[in-house]
Amino acid sequence: MRHLLSTADLDHAAAVQLLDTAEAMAATQRREIKKLPTLRGRTVVNLFYEDSTRTRISFEAAAKRLSADVINFAAKGSSVSKGESLKDTAETLQAMGADAVVIRHPASGAPHRLAAMGWTTGAVLNAGDGTHEHPTQALLDAFTLRRHLRGGEGDLAGVRVAVVGDVLHSRVARSNVHLLHTLGAEVTLVAPPTLLPLGVGSWPCATSFDLDAVLPGVDAVMMLRVQGERMNAAYFPSEREYSRRYGLDARRLRLLPGHAVVMHPGPMNRGLEISADAADSPRAVVLDQVTNGVSVRMAALYLLLAGEGSEA
Amino acid sequence: MHERTVVSSDDIDRVVQRIAHELLERNRSAADLVLLGIPTRGVPLAERVAAALEQVDGVRPPTGSLDVTMYRDDLRHHPTRGLAVTGVPVDVTDRVVVLVDDVLFSGRTIRAALDAVADLGRPRAVRLVVLVDRGHRELPIRADHVGRNLPTAADEKVAVRLRETDGSDGVDILRPLRPTGTAVPGAGA
Repeated sequence: MRHLLSTADLDHAAAVQLLDTAEAMAATQRREIKKLPTLRGRTVVNLFYEDSTRTRISFEAAAKRLSADVINFAAKGSSVSKGESLKDTAETLQAMGADAVVIRHPASGAPHRLAAMGWTTGAVLNAGDGTHEHPTQALLDAFTLRRHLRGGEGDLAGVRVAVVGDVLHSRVARSNVHLLHTLGAEVTLVAPPTLLPLGVGSWPCATSFDLDAVLPGVDAVMMLRVQGERMNAAYFPSEREYSRRYGLDARRLRLLPGHAVVMHPGPMNRGLEISADAADSPRAVVLDQVTNGVSVRMAALYLLLAGEGSEA
Repeated sequence: MHERTVVSSDDIDRVVQRIAHELLERNRSAADLVLLGIPTRGVPLAERVAAALEQVDGVRPPTGSLDVTMYRDDLRHHPTRGLAVTGVPVDVTDRVVVLVDDVLFSGRTIRAALDAVADLGRPRAVRLVVLVDRGHRELPIRADHVGRNLPTAADEKVAVRLRETDGSDGVDILRPLRPTGTAVPGAGA
């Protein structure tokens, strides 16, 4: 693996290897001394063109736990606001010796461009690009599911997952559909027709408009954030109506089978896609997802950076 | 490659027994020991030494495995390795940690293991058990208990086989084919 750009690029073996490596990383995070010398002397740049707290902190924690040097670069307040292009920024980072670039960008495809154009020799990790992909989020979701439903081993064959809400604007949904399918899970997207992307029929998943009908048959329900900031048109009549039809509340929580878990990539719009009852219920594994994010990102950085010219 | 078996299955059993006795002589009791095998073959070896200690002393010390991949200093020079399991059953602080590995060569694995142990806690002492010491050390590290000293050439390979991982017990030396006319002591034996 040279870059981590999309979960669609991962085959079954690579995905399971990432999850297994993350499990080994998680084991080291239970120790008193959490830091490992693995990436000593290597430099990881967090290149964030879009606001993000948890993803950036999670990548920063992961890189530091592996002893890499971390440079945080936020586009706001940098020369990007003076008009510097991605190419010039990338070449500057290359000249400073970046071994890996973790990039978050509002434009779908920016990480691919960075990886393909030869502006940097480092590994490129996609930390969310536009409405396209967010692979480490999908990996941490899969890791969390595997822990809760499969005892932390193997793949997710036969696991049924409902992904609910604003699929149209969600890179998390896109990444999850590919990865969960690769790992053998069955995914159902549940959303109002206006929030399903064109061409969703070609994705390896089922779709439904009826949340109540789907919930009793799933092992996990993944609520998506309604992304008001990406909405440039009226996708549903009112927040109240959206919440009534697609929000996870106490009544819907009771429709789930006893073992099912509730997930959310955060930040949550409480009262819109998820009620406080559901968000704070013992089935919600939202904080586990955050914890697992560090282990998964450690695994990704390790697999991309530890070996020189590695082909694995 | 020429292959030559230099240690037999019975030899390995005897070596494990002897090392168990040596460990007891050094520590009086097995009660405060913890045996950590270095994957892959160090782990079943640690189990065997623990079983031998139980036979002699009546106490079976806890055993675990210690993957040192993330502590290696040569990670950049090899393709990425998959990580093996680290499972340490007890707190190592104030115990005597016995590291167990199959072959001692450059000493770099053991250096990494010492770092890994230091991150787990502060043992009273760390001792090293190896089945084979083949020489060619690159660091000032030596083993406390050695099964067999096997002087080897740098281009030879020492392959340890264990029932648990390879189906049979033994130690083989693999020697690359040299051009004809070169004297190869012991060839064909």
